[in-house]
Amino acid sequence: MSPVSNRIEERFRRLREERRKGLVVYIGAGDPDLEATRRLTLALDRAGVDVVELGVPFSDPLADGIVNQLAAQRGLASGTTPPKVLATVAAIRRESEVPVVLYIYFNLLHRVGLANFIRDAAAAGVDGLLVLDLPPEEADEYEGLMRDAGMCPIWLVAPTTPEARVERIARRAKGFIYYVSREGVTGMQASVSTTIADMTARIRRHSDLPIAVGFGISNPEQAREVARHAEAIVVGSAIVHRVATHGQDPAMPDQVGAFAAELARAVAEVSA
Amino acid sequence: MPDAEGHFGRFGGRYVPETLVHPLQQLEEEYFRAQADPAFQKELSYYLSEFVGRPTPLYLAERLTRELGGAKIYLKREDLLHTGAHKINNALGQVLLARRMGKTRIIAETGAGQHGVATATVSAMFGLQCVIYMGAVDCERQALNVYRMKMLGAEVVPVQAGQRTLKEAVNEAMRDWVTHVRSTHYILGTAYGAHPYPVMVRNFHRVIGDEARRQILEKEGRLPDCLMACVGGGSNAIGLFYPFLNDPGVAMVGWRPADTASCPSNMRRASMGARWACCRARAPTSSRTTTGRSS
Ligand SMILES: Cc1ncc(COP(=O)(O)O)c(C=O)c1O
Repeated sequence: MSPVSNRIEERFRRLREERRKGLVVYIGAGDPDLEATRRLTLALDRAGVDVVELGVPFSDPLADGIVNQLAAQRGLASGTTPPKVLATVAAIRRESEVPVVLYIYFNLLHRVGLANFIRDAAAAGVDGLLVLDLPPEEADEYEGLMRDAGMCPIWLVAPTTPEARVERIARRAKGFIYYVSREGVTGMQASVSTTIADMTARIRRHSDLPIAVGFGISNPEQAREVARHAEAIVVGSAIVHRVATHGQDPAMPDQVGAFAAELARAVAEVSA
Repeated sequence: MPDAEGHFGRFGGRYVPETLVHPLQQLEEEYFRAQADPAFQKELSYYLSEFVGRPTPLYLAERLTRELGGAKIYLKREDLLHTGAHKINNALGQVLLARRMGKTRIIAETGAGQHGVATATVSAMFGLQCVIYMGAVDCERQALNVYRMKMLGAEVVPVQAGQRTLKEAVNEAMRDWVTHVRSTHYILGTAYGAHPYPVMVRNFHRVIGDEARRQILEKEGRLPDCLMACVGGGSNAIGLFYPFLNDPGVAMVGWRPADTASCPSNMRRASMGARWACCRARAPTSSRTTTGRSS
């Protein structure tokens, strides 16, 4: 059941060989509905996105800013549940090998049962989980199950993470390490954080894994700037905001895909 | 005591975004240092007696006892404390801790507004900036408390998301904290949240039970048959119950509201949950909950 090589690891290996930087894009699953999510994910794949992060909607998304909160509300309103998100990933897998990470709050996993959820996610073709509110200290069982399922647990490092803790996190990481470049919630920002170069250097002292930097990147200029310091960048709210603007418009996936392609071109200008 | 990671059996722990993990570890260290520091304890008891108004009486409710015709009923009069509720025991303890840590800004969530008023009061006393998150529905329902908080110099932010009550106020306070964690201390108002909050809140409120135990022994020469407390998040209940946990024969009953208006649905849910940064568990659902061993 578990793939021999994880799609995330495979993708970053290829990026390194081709001396390219990666683009990770976050969207809210079920916004405006899961069929749109399926079509949008395929459009993002065609646009050159390297990893798609699917946000599983939750009623209390306390790490998220208003743009992603509203997306989660729309996701819940369209009847999106964790099993339906997994069914959507399975449908995406019939047409695409784009690496998929689920961005999820622990309560949702806890309710279904960790073992069940991880087994079903791997079977659906999910490659990694980013559990927002599950620090490594609480994650022994989770890590074992993820390893057995062949999925990457994506760990976060924040500006407040001291070096000793960076080391502990780096040791457990697989796939890539996600540097949350801001103290704060998800959301678009006028300028990029100034902590990025220092913190990515700090992470590199403890790990050879690719580093993806996110939180606040909203346009191609910022994407280019951040890509200089990392193996990949993550864009969320700026994409989600565009999804919201197009709403039920059937052309939404192509429109948002075009913006993702702009980001991908900006990232491609920075060579590794 | 919880384990090293803040678990009480399968409950508790620390389910927060990475940004908050290290600040919570620092808070935990500083809290345990303060707890063991006689100077901190002295300062705390000074303000508890001189500013807050402790000890509170254990009052024999004669007419209620007669009317109900069963148990002899005593009331632990936390309502007589400054600002009108037990909430200030914890707000005071945490604000003193925030000062030790050099924090200049205080935030809190509030439901009915009592915790917000207590937090605004202790923040004003020490000249700290104070922001209170309160669901928009609660702001309307408890307009008088909103007025009191503003009068005390606090900024009250009405939260418009979701059901616009306590649950959303907690989420918004957490978002503020993640964003301003270096300057800001979050005075959580009840016995929930990530470690060390539950143990810290319990310890700041155990003064209720410590006094009550001493007082009942003075008045009756024996321990009570039963303790009763209302349960929102559980702070007054655990504060009263905790010092009696090793007393066999003292039954403990927590009462919770059955209607969603005064108790958000996820506080009533029987299933385990991992919401609000926090406790892996919600209390059992029935409106009558027996804690500890039965007697
Ligand atoms: C007077 C009073 N008692 C009890 C509570 C319930 O909270 P807890 O269960 O934390 O004591 C509140 C909460 O607002 C309160 O204001």
